[in-house]
Amino acid sequence: MPTVPATAVADPVPGAGAPHLPRQPDLVQLLTPEGQRVEDPVYSIDPTPDELRGLYRDLVLVRRWDTEATALQRQGELGLWASLLGQEAAQVGAGHALRPDDMAFPTYREHGVAWVRGVDPLHVMSLFRGVDNGGWDPVETGFNLYTIVIPAQTLHATGYAMGVQRDGAETAVLAFFGDGATSQGEINEAMIWAASFQAPVVFFCQNNQYAISAPIERQSRVPLYQRAAGFGFPGVRVDGNDVLAVLAVTRAALAAAREGQGPTFIEAFTYRMGAHTTSDDPTRYRLADELEEWKLRDPIARLKVYLAHEGLGDADFFAGVEAEGDELAARIRSGTTSMEPPPAVSMFDAVYAEQTPPLAAQRAEFEAYQASFEGSSS
Amino acid sequence: MGALKQFRLPDVGEGLTEGEILQWLVAVGDEVTVNQPLCEVETAKAAVELPSPFAGTVTALLHEAGSTVDVGAPIITIETSGEDPAADGDGGQAAPERTANLVGYGPRTTEARRRPRRTGAAVAARATAPAVRTPLLATVPDLDTKPVRHGGLEMGRAAEANALEEEATTTAAATAAPARHGTGRPRPLAKPPVRKLARDLGVDLALLTGSGPGGVITRADVAAASAAPAGASAAVSPPPSPPVSDQGEQRIPVTGVRKHTAAAMVTSAFTAPHVTEFLTVDVTRTMKLRTRLAARPEFAGVKVSPLLFVAKALLLAVRRHPMVNARWEEGTREIVVPGHVNLGIAAATPRGLLVPNVKDAERLSLPDLARALTGLTETARAGRTSPADMAGGTITITNVGVFGVDTGTPILNPGESAILAFGAVRAMPWVHKGRVVPRQVTTLALSFDHRVIDGELGSRFLADVGAVLHDPAAALAF
Repeated sequence: MPTVPATAVADPVPGAGAPHLPRQPDLVQLLTPEGQRVEDPVYSIDPTPDELRGLYRDLVLVRRWDTEATALQRQGELGLWASLLGQEAAQVGAGHALRPDDMAFPTYREHGVAWVRGVDPLHVMSLFRGVDNGGWDPVETGFNLYTIVIPAQTLHATGYAMGVQRDGAETAVLAFFGDGATSQGEINEAMIWAASFQAPVVFFCQNNQYAISAPIERQSRVPLYQRAAGFGFPGVRVDGNDVLAVLAVTRAALAAAREGQGPTFIEAFTYRMGAHTTSDDPTRYRLADELEEWKLRDPIARLKVYLAHEGLGDADFFAGVEAEGDELAARIRSGTTSMEPPPAVSMFDAVYAEQTPPLAAQRAEFEAYQASFEGSSS
Repeated sequence: MGALKQFRLPDVGEGLTEGEILQWLVAVGDEVTVNQPLCEVETAKAAVELPSPFAGTVTALLHEAGSTVDVGAPIITIETSGEDPAADGDGGQAAPERTANLVGYGPRTTEARRRPRRTGAAVAARATAPAVRTPLLATVPDLDTKPVRHGGLEMGRAAEANALEEEATTTAAATAAPARHGTGRPRPLAKPPVRKLARDLGVDLALLTGSGPGGVITRADVAAASAAPAGASAAVSPPPSPPVSDQGEQRIPVTGVRKHTAAAMVTSAFTAPHVTEFLTVDVTRTMKLRTRLAARPEFAGVKVSPLLFVAKALLLAVRRHPMVNARWEEGTREIVVPGHVNLGIAAATPRGLLVPNVKDAERLSLPDLARALTGLTETARAGRTSPADMAGGTITITNVGVFGVDTGTPILNPGESAILAFGAVRAMPWVHKGRVVPRQVTTLALSFDHRVIDGELGSRFLADVGAVLHDPAAALAF
């Protein structure tokens, strides 16, 4: 079973750092931006052709979903959308590293992980349409509800990990957050607790280079993964646009957690190709040439090149995945636009696990109030 | 026969109330597909493209480019084809009733009216005529027994203006209704900052008639009342119109390109130590050459402008002095000398100052350079310059001469080390071959970043640009 060393050594990738960062070594990579398989001295992976094609399919479908959701927001069908464009490999790779009984704690951007965990995209869309607070079952899917507050879910994850540790369960917990979150207090508390109790939690940071508009170099004087040393557990930086490397590194870290070796900090080095959310304009805070540079490191293109070059995917396969993506997009579009607002009284239903008498009384009062309007059905 | 669908301007940010249509990307009669970009809209937050929610034929553009549109207002009508994937069983009525999309919090549209309360009579009548709506005034007695609650689910922020309006009407009309604020007369409607202003200026709000929605007293009402002669404040009924531009100062919000330009210029001016040098040069020969070249077949259909020769002279001089094309990298404390010249041209556009650049300009022949320059400025003026067009510039020319100006001290485009200002070409008295004669003369100004370029290098570079313009034959020697 591979364990996670304090510093992973890998070939430095030319230009792997964002232009504003000093060059950084120590980036785990198994598939180069040009689609070449490379070896890493510590992390290895040997996926079957079917697994490789499955990863490719997930990457493409998740991006297609994301594109459709962005368009739906621009058409007034969603209140907001947090795009994952560019971060597909980090999410799909991490999602596939989870075992069914592991638990993931997402932010609000982990649509790729949601997809891999079997969450219906429409359950995510309903949240961004304001119809509900996320329609999936966190227990059944092993995927907690989205957390908007940054980075509250890292505390939930650590608490959950301490719980499964006390249950003696062979469960690992994966906590998602972004580079911006590392500047906040909660995540530092979460990492201290996780380290103190050697909790089976893996801190998975998608460093997409921007905390909304603040670039990473304004947030940290050191590469983020090096911070883990200060908390007393290993940190590793992985090429977040390399789905194989992310899968290998996350799998190893989760295995270490299950074996009682405590937490790991993974910095998935990636780039948010779109806006922070549909409400901001990235052209106001970053230069287009930076974007152009990251386009060359696209997570999907490199896997496609590899599959085609190795004869693992032909034109029919790629066309089939595209077609599947369009079908998915059509289903998401029609499903989203036909969502009805929930009855107003439903807001009382999920406040507590069980209804309380004062809440029941408020519900009845509100129902009567609603009924006092003309044209109301009750 | 398809259905007519209208697309309403959505709230593309959070809580926006309006957007400006920058340009239409489709025209009446165009076939559009779902998610095809229809137009570009600039809001207080971002300029974004709006994708079509419908597939079909454009039958009407409801607002011209340049107009500001309220969120929720229809902007385009599309006749959908039979199998419209976005159709949602809406029966295909001409669309004004349709509000299927979430258009955000919304502005002051009239759709979000508060629903009328059910009265005893209405409840009784409901069995036979459920659709009848009682006018609001009929519900006044009901208000006494059950106070209106703001913030009910049926009332978004958007409806509040209407609610206030209704409330004002109700209060004014229902003289028999008990006073709700215990003063014997309705409390004048005004927002807290306006109340404070009134108090500061000694204006009695109760004596004013509000000009805002629903009779709300505005800041302008208070200001006008304060300015009016004493005793006349009660007569300030018709609200003053917004101040016109020829009286007093105007305040213009800094947004979009202007804001970006301001930030970039401040950054540049306060990070790169600028030096500016000037050179006045006789360009008569270049102007003659221009006429000759323009007649050549290679330049057919191409604009042969004085700018073209300045650009060429600059590129030739860069070849001799590549450091002028370099940039200072603060992060790594390095000077980076690119292997190519991306020549920026400052362009005045309707949206503001943009600096698109000609990529790998040093490789272009003169006719190709002419075409690239023309294309660049045309794209910029049409507002279609993409961020990629503006990225990666290495050196810039600003053509202030087109405005009839002699010269200036340009500020560097951030990330570059030199910018050349090209002034107007004028017939001037000039000493030529020992005699004062009229010659075509212009002034060049070169600003450079003294961290990268010393005075000697800047001077030599500028002198070389001038030498080529003075005598284009010198180019052969470069």
